Amino acid sequence: MNKRFIKILLILSVCIICVPLSMNEKTVDAFSNQVIQHGAVGDDVIELQSRLQYLGFYTGKIDGVFGWRTYWALRNFQYEFGLPIDGLAGQTTKNKLAKASKYNEQFVKEQINKGNKFSHYGGMDLNKQSAPNKTGGGGTTNKGGATGGNAAKAPAQQQAAPKAPANQPQQQAAPKAPANPPKQPTAANVPAGFSQNDIQLMANAVYGESRGEPYIGQVAVAAVILNRVDSASFPNTVSGVIFEPRAFTAVADGQIWLTPNEQAKEAVLDAINGYDPTGNAIYYFNPDTATSGWIWTRPQIKQIGKHIFCK
Amino acid sequence: MIRGILIGVLALGVAGTAFWGYQEHREKNAILINAENNYQRAFHDLTYQVDLLNDKIGTTLAMNSRTSLSPALAEVWKITSEAHSDVGQLPLTLLPFNKTEEFLAKIGDFSYQTAIRDLEKEPLSDKEYAALKELYGQSADIQKELRNVQHTVLNNNLRWMDVELALATEEQPNDNTIIDGFKTVEKTVDGYGETDFGPTFVNMKKQDDGYKYLEGKDITKNEAKKIALKYSGFGNNANTQVTENGKGSDVGFFSVSVQDKKTKQEANMDITKKGGYPIWFILSREVKDAKISLNDASNKAVKFLKDNDFENLDLFESSQYDKMGVFTFVTNEDGVRIYPDAITVKVALDNGNIIGFSAEEYLRSHHTRDIPKPTITAAEARKEINPNVKIMDEGLAIIVNDLNEEVLCHEFYGTLGDDTYRIYINAETKVEEKIEKLQNAEPIFEDVV
Repeated sequence: MNKRFIKILLILSVCIICVPLSMNEKTVDAFSNQVIQHGAVGDDVIELQSRLQYLGFYTGKIDGVFGWRTYWALRNFQYEFGLPIDGLAGQTTKNKLAKASKYNEQFVKEQINKGNKFSHYGGMDLNKQSAPNKTGGGGTTNKGGATGGNAAKAPAQQQAAPKAPANQPQQQAAPKAPANPPKQPTAANVPAGFSQNDIQLMANAVYGESRGEPYIGQVAVAAVILNRVDSASFPNTVSGVIFEPRAFTAVADGQIWLTPNEQAKEAVLDAINGYDPTGNAIYYFNPDTATSGWIWTRPQIKQIGKHIFCK
Repeated sequence: MIRGILIGVLALGVAGTAFWGYQEHREKNAILINAENNYQRAFHDLTYQVDLLNDKIGTTLAMNSRTSLSPALAEVWKITSEAHSDVGQLPLTLLPFNKTEEFLAKIGDFSYQTAIRDLEKEPLSDKEYAALKELYGQSADIQKELRNVQHTVLNNNLRWMDVELALATEEQPNDNTIIDGFKTVEKTVDGYGETDFGPTFVNMKKQDDGYKYLEGKDITKNEAKKIALKYSGFGNNANTQVTENGKGSDVGFFSVSVQDKKTKQEANMDITKKGGYPIWFILSREVKDAKISLNDASNKAVKFLKDNDFENLDLFESSQYDKMGVFTFVTNEDGVRIYPDAITVKVALDNGNIIGFSAEEYLRSHHTRDIPKPTITAAEARKEINPNVKIMDEGLAIIVNDLNEEVLCHEFYGTLGDDTYRIYINAETKVEEKIEKLQNAEPIFEDVV
């Protein structure tokens, strides 16, 4: 039994090594060289999750973000396979994982591109593991899809896999498949306590308020919003602070609904991650356009770009 | 004939315009009314909540049984938070109304703190009881003033839109009844001064005592410049500009901006005057496609901290945001993680350069601590945890609890269903100090491009 297992592993690993040779420009070697750690995002994480799922360690969604569930799955894998349990997918761990599992990249990428709900457990018909996400009703099967014959053939091999080594890994189908650029992960890291929508809303406000300012000035505006959330004198939510009547000119004149650029979003992320260039300011104003005399009475901390920040 | 047609067309046109104008007018009115209604709702809601608040505080005073006191205080806490949110919806930002808001926050904090405390073991002290009584009286005053304003508003059909207009134009800033009314409320609260809430309560105010643990001599502008140059890594071919903090800041710092003459890249940094510690550093540049892994980046961050004499730090969290890696480090002293001592480092994943660094929390809290020995074992602490949680990992940590005190805890990572939790059990009292549900990755919505 054990011998047989080793044989299977050997053949599998040969397959895996051979696959890249049969590919055109894109390599599907098991993982790239990087050590994958908690918080990482990308193709390697998709592969890691798929492989862990193949072995039954990972039961979550294959979304390309190395989150806590992936972390525990990886640690369990390391424990079961007698590796040092560090929660890092380093070279040894990756090799062991690649040997022990299979990864049908084409299937996974296709499902991700289509936005389907799917899983990648070993020993099960892959077609039964995918369902279109949006239409909701109907087909558990995906037969006769974009890949035509290949799609029907691949699952058959997949099913046979646990019994006998697949003499022809599914990855070979990939070159024939339409060369869709693989879509990026279907999820994203978000800082604790904030949703992507919160970040978007803040980016809107920051962009509307300070799009002509240097980057640091934008981080500063975002930091003021967060300082206000913390402050006892202001509402306790991001939306509450932003939409507080007469608090931000950009909200009053509708500039908040301009589409923010990436820089504004990055500034917001920086502020959320603890950067506060203002020294805990909760007010700021542009001395050239400020209409309120009262604002001048606030103790000033510093000036960044055109804005003066104060307590 | 032609004249007839012309007149007809013109008449139609006039009628059409009139009709269109009327329509527009009606729509505008509808929107105005809508906005006005929102203000009115918030305002009346506020007065209602303050009424309720006063009632509730009154009842808690009469309570003796601990079991009913806790829920009642929790109720007070809830009401203050709602009243607070109502204030936030009124156009009062440019009006000095923050004393009242702070007052609300104070009652909220006080009631929260006492509500979560085990009043069986640690009943309300005489001082706290007195504080509660005082709060009762003060909330009655606010209630009275607000009712007064409410009465005038209702009686004279006052509109909040006018308040907004008055505040916006500032032509006649002080003769609006509502504004006057709120100013009176504010003045009333102002008169209370600082209520004495007992020893634990003082801590609850946002700690803003600057960087009291910092050591070292004050640095000069020139030294600050040198430090910033070192962090930026631009070499000597750079323009620098140093400014001192304004009068409003509690701590002395220099802000330095450095610009590379060649690449025009700009780095900004704040440095404490005392000791010359870096508070934060940001290098702004466009980051190209990610080339190095998050793990490589974390190694760079570790090296960076070591190079800058930040020692005994543990990587605590790492996250990749698009083309950037953000890493949080905390102090590790003899195997105890000290969470208040946090530093974040931001690394660009295109070339592994450090593009951001923030040590604000670290500088505020880092000092030599006497870490007590835990009096209860990890196994004992484990028993305090919900049996449905599957424990995955454990360790010792110092955290800041809800009362804003540093406490030594057994830290457990556990899973329940699909979620991972961090659970802190006090290593001396077995109290469950904190439970955090750790953030999961959030699905990207299809429509977001």
